[in-house]
Amino acid sequence: MSPADRPLLSVRGLTRWYGPHVGCLDVGVDLWPGEVLGVVGESGSGKTTLLGCLSGRLVPTAGTVEFTTRDGVVLDVLRLSEAERRRLARTDWGVVHQNPRDGLRMSVTAGANVGERLMAVGVRHYGAIRQAALDWLGQVEIDADRVDDLPETFSGGMQQRLQIARNLVTRPRLVFMDEPTGGLDVSVQARLLDLLRTLVADLGLSAIVVTHDLAVARLLAHRLLVMRRGQVVESGLTDQVLDDPQHPYSQLLVSSVLQP
Amino acid sequence: MSDYNFAFLDEQTKRMIRRAILKAVAIPGYQVPFGSREMPLSYGWGTGGVQVTASVIGPDDVLKVIDQGADDTTNAVSIRQFFVRTTGVRTTTATDEASLIQTRHRIPETPLAPGQIVVFQVPIPEPLRWLEPRETETRTMHALAEYGLMWVRLYEDITRHGHVETAYDYPVVVNGRYLMRPSPIPKFDNPKLDRCPALLLFGAGREKRIYAVPPHTPVRSLDFDDYPFTIESWDRPCALCGARGIFLDEIIVDDKGGRLFVCSDTDHCARRRPARGVSSA
Repeated sequence: MSPADRPLLSVRGLTRWYGPHVGCLDVGVDLWPGEVLGVVGESGSGKTTLLGCLSGRLVPTAGTVEFTTRDGVVLDVLRLSEAERRRLARTDWGVVHQNPRDGLRMSVTAGANVGERLMAVGVRHYGAIRQAALDWLGQVEIDADRVDDLPETFSGGMQQRLQIARNLVTRPRLVFMDEPTGGLDVSVQARLLDLLRTLVADLGLSAIVVTHDLAVARLLAHRLLVMRRGQVVESGLTDQVLDDPQHPYSQLLVSSVLQP
Repeated sequence: MSDYNFAFLDEQTKRMIRRAILKAVAIPGYQVPFGSREMPLSYGWGTGGVQVTASVIGPDDVLKVIDQGADDTTNAVSIRQFFVRTTGVRTTTATDEASLIQTRHRIPETPLAPGQIVVFQVPIPEPLRWLEPRETETRTMHALAEYGLMWVRLYEDITRHGHVETAYDYPVVVNGRYLMRPSPIPKFDNPKLDRCPALLLFGAGREKRIYAVPPHTPVRSLDFDDYPFTIESWDRPCALCGARGIFLDEIIVDDKGGRLFVCSDTDHCARRRPARGVSSA
């Protein structure tokens, strides 16, 4: 099979226990190239645990995660050596944290933040790194004259956009996002969502977006997983799930959204 | 001092340190943990270097001790006296006569020769320490040779100052593998590390680490392709001996702004001006 015929990420029976408590239970999902998968559910439903297990930051109790590389090689993510996993994490993957402070290096300039991944994969030309940083700041709509400023001096929305630029600089194929718009005010959220949508479409990214905000899911995600108590209770096309929820919990979730 | 063992440390401790040194020589640039002992010297004054020296010194060695290039500063004098009292070895200030040189902050200007051992006193052995506070993480980074972060620091230097501002303890890669802090020597001395014919041993007493650069090992200072590594240069010669192309110290001579630039390596300077009478030093 060519890479296009294979899911980019294939998850089976993924389970994570925290002692007697369930983190996520028997989750199975396929993510296809260019697809954005939304994971919604209330706090404590296992969304972040699932994201952690998929991106290799948490060790699941059971299950398999397979990732198809650019060359069509299928990697068993959970069996990779630490060296391979870390290389994957800084080349083919990206992680956008809810709090930009978790994903940025706050003590170095915006340019160095964007350039860090390039330097990690062996680029050793200052001018080239700086040019790439400027290009990516432009793509995420940050003024070029802020390239030498510390992220500390950026607004929340700018920090979040900087975090995205920092992840995309190595052209990853899969980006994990945990509440990318959490903690931002609505107008900034809208701008960020717009930007994310453009980037995903332009770069052909695949993404897994964890959110509790159904509006964010509606805008970004092609498909949706609804989680409750660690289990996937419903999955399907986003519009289908949101407009015609089948499971009682999905119905509750959709009906509890406040209408202004 | 007959109450103490030769070179102060007991034989078991010396064996333990020698095992660490052997491992360090076998893996150039790798920091080997060792059971650092309390020494009759404060931390920061060279407890690591003293322990390494004590475990490699023999009765036939000729010892030279320098501090910032000088043979006559407090730290150098007291460490030299310590070894004279505990071992009775011959000491010298001449670099080419010494078989064992303990140093803080400098590599002598006189080229080192095969068979010599140089012991460096190291305050902080971990080159990634100020970039990554977690020891578990820095060890993983060394294990996987993930050193991109060090270039982030150089990038920041160039961005803020237009050039790499780090002037001492300038990070190097040893034998194409391990990132290493060359102890706080000026970057001027970094090229002397590269393929040096002498054995270079580094001891950090408080941090309990030993590492080594075996003779003739390639040592490369980090840089960018478009910002190559450079060393300091001075627009004047040494005010005492007239030497050029060596490391100069700035000495303030009065309170009217008068200053002199003189050799930091006192042995090198003294031997270049024999007519003036070295004995006065």
